[in-house]
Amino acid sequence: MAARRTTKKPNVSKEELLSYYRDMLLIRRFEEKAGQLYGMGLIGGFCHLYIGQEAVVVGLEAAAEEGDKRVTSYRDHGHMLACGMDPKGVMAELTGREGGYSKGKGGSMHMFSKEKHFYGGHGIVGAQVPIGAGLAFADKYLENGRVTFTYFGDGAANQGQVYETFNMAALWDLPVIFVVENNQYAMGTSQQRSTSSQEIYERGLAFGIPGEAVDGMDVLAVKAASEKAVAHCRSGKGPYILEVKTYRYRGHSMSDPAKYRTREEVQKMREERDAIEAVRQLLLTGKHATEDELKAIDKEIKDVVNEAADFSKESPEPALEELWTDIYADA
Amino acid sequence: MATEVLMPALSPTMEEGTLAKWMVKEGDTVSSGDILAEIETDKATMEFEAVDEGIIGKILVAAGSEGVKVNTPIAIMVEEGEDADAVVTAAPVAAETPVAEAPAPVVPAAPAAPVASVTLEPDYPDGTELKTQTVREALRDAMAEEMTRDESVYLMGEEVAEYQGAYKVSQGLLDQFGAKRVVDTPITEHGFTGVAVGSAFGGLRPIVEFMTFNFAMQAIDQIINSAAKTLYMSGGQMGCPIVFRGPNGAAARVAAQHSQDYAAWYAQIPGLKVVQPYCASDAKGLLKSAIRDPNPVIFLENEILYGRSFDVPVLDDYTVPFGKARIWREGTDVTIVSFGIGMTYALEAADKLAEEGISAEVIDLRTLRPIDYDTLLGSVMKTNRCVTVEEGFPVASIGNHLSAYIMENAFDYLDAPVINCTGKDVPMPYAANLEKLALVTTDEVIAAVKQVTYR
Repeated sequence: MAARRTTKKPNVSKEELLSYYRDMLLIRRFEEKAGQLYGMGLIGGFCHLYIGQEAVVVGLEAAAEEGDKRVTSYRDHGHMLACGMDPKGVMAELTGREGGYSKGKGGSMHMFSKEKHFYGGHGIVGAQVPIGAGLAFADKYLENGRVTFTYFGDGAANQGQVYETFNMAALWDLPVIFVVENNQYAMGTSQQRSTSSQEIYERGLAFGIPGEAVDGMDVLAVKAASEKAVAHCRSGKGPYILEVKTYRYRGHSMSDPAKYRTREEVQKMREERDAIEAVRQLLLTGKHATEDELKAIDKEIKDVVNEAADFSKESPEPALEELWTDIYADA
Repeated sequence: MATEVLMPALSPTMEEGTLAKWMVKEGDTVSSGDILAEIETDKATMEFEAVDEGIIGKILVAAGSEGVKVNTPIAIMVEEGEDADAVVTAAPVAAETPVAEAPAPVVPAAPAAPVASVTLEPDYPDGTELKTQTVREALRDAMAEEMTRDESVYLMGEEVAEYQGAYKVSQGLLDQFGAKRVVDTPITEHGFTGVAVGSAFGGLRPIVEFMTFNFAMQAIDQIINSAAKTLYMSGGQMGCPIVFRGPNGAAARVAAQHSQDYAAWYAQIPGLKVVQPYCASDAKGLLKSAIRDPNPVIFLENEILYGRSFDVPVLDDYTVPFGKARIWREGTDVTIVSFGIGMTYALEAADKLAEEGISAEVIDLRTLRPIDYDTLLGSVMKTNRCVTVEEGFPVASIGNHLSAYIMENAFDYLDAPVINCTGKDVPMPYAANLEKLALVTTDEVIAAVKQVTYR
């Protein structure tokens, strides 16, 4: 058991690179479109964009198998797209329409897909962490060999229930991967101002949970770390912590002017560390794809996103009777 | 000087116990701290130590004696050369001082004999064989039956397994079902509640025992935001079949942080079902229904009721549906509506009122979400007067809600304003006399009935 940083990169095929490129680009274009629709008043309430963090979820998902579960916080659009949920249903939920995953009753922060084993979408910071361990508890009880990816941020890492969960997950050897998406800001409070020890991946040591930090702007590094974590959990060795160091380009939510950091800091990350651009360069320099081929992919993604946006505008608002449905399941 | 050794109160709610085993015999010399006997309480078997040194002059209560009341003399301790028999004759006089030193816990009076009360609408056919069971045993049986019936049902909580339950409700379940399905948790309510909710999303049917509902406040976010709301937030995709159960309300002398009735809190939340049984058969039948329900159910038990005995039908699969009140006693002058331990006061008041010629109809709501409004309204339309009884705080109480509902739906039938008898608007005090004052009392229910009947 050890807590350490990884830098090792795996060999990767052209097909894999292209699929990561595609998946990350879909999230980015989708989020940009969501931001646009928010500006037009079509999306309301809180809307937390994932732009900048795409490599985290795409890298993690690369090691998932059918039936594995995932659960996350309110910054959840990327996770849904990465696990294969339909962009149309996600966008229509953002616009509060009948065609949304929750029939318009959940919104940006509360979306689920039983079919894709996506267990939300939770609006209370940190609450998804014991829930993720509970999903793993069920898998262990049912002896089905599944693992659960439980995502939370550097902000949630200071919630007490996270450590209550670490204790139980280790005590009971639950097959759960705790993914700390460290984007360095808990809303407007930097990690330095909120967190006594900066290495969150080391916080499992007290419970005997191995942890590792990984560069979240490098999808291949995330994938390699994810494979290791999944293998650990699936073999019955209990939980694993992955701290994925990432960065969000946008504000905490749409209404955040982001005065707590400089424009230069954001710009520097975008120019020097962007995960999508890095894969794009790998594809081009490795002669896996030409500019034209990538342009064709860009267009394809843009079409998917536009189609989702159109659907989210055309889908009707939920019927008024929906106010009174889904409060109780039939006994 | 010879002294009497009295049957000790070894838990806040203990009224009597079994003298399981003597660890000393007559003539033995003991010093303070020596174990005198093993005593079985309603919760556990405890060792009972000598407080003073002396010689066991005489053993008054034989090993194996059941139902030994607290403060009953169980042995005589003498000094060298003293005669124990001489002391026994003087026992009634000598008993007075020890009573003051170790007062019996203050608990509400024993319930009006429920077996004798008129049960107008039993949930089982006439002629069904009945057995006497405590609420505690009925709850245990309900869990055991449902765990046998459905492999996905498991019990989780503090001390539920190896300790056999802090209040002995889960006694024997670990042996019967094993550690996989009877899970001891660390003291971590917020965390294990979230884990249980997640496991319900993942296909299991957890029963979460809170050692008391006071501790569930640590976990209330998971109960309300995660368990109660997810079905709605997911557009019907993902439900949360889970039971949160444990003792709720005041026990005895455990003061403010351990004495609160949460009925009104949880009854306010759409997405939850809320059950608060009074008698053993309802405890069993409702808990079985709760475990089968695909929704999150708050199951509010009561420590004082755990040890009370009632008739329970001997049936293979006895369930009680939610949303159906039980009329315990038919009457014509006033409707007294209550639930849980409040029924103790309601039934006792009805008995005393009957002696004064006032005929009270007593309704046990049994579930607070859903509420059986039809039975309540039907009764109020007949009696034209209503008194509600509960142990919880008065502001935004269940009684407040029922009053409003009756006013909105049966205003023209009322001959007097509805009166809510509740606990007082104060944190629960520790002192025995103040605690008694803080709780709702039978006398207050009687006074309220006289007020609404203008007697």
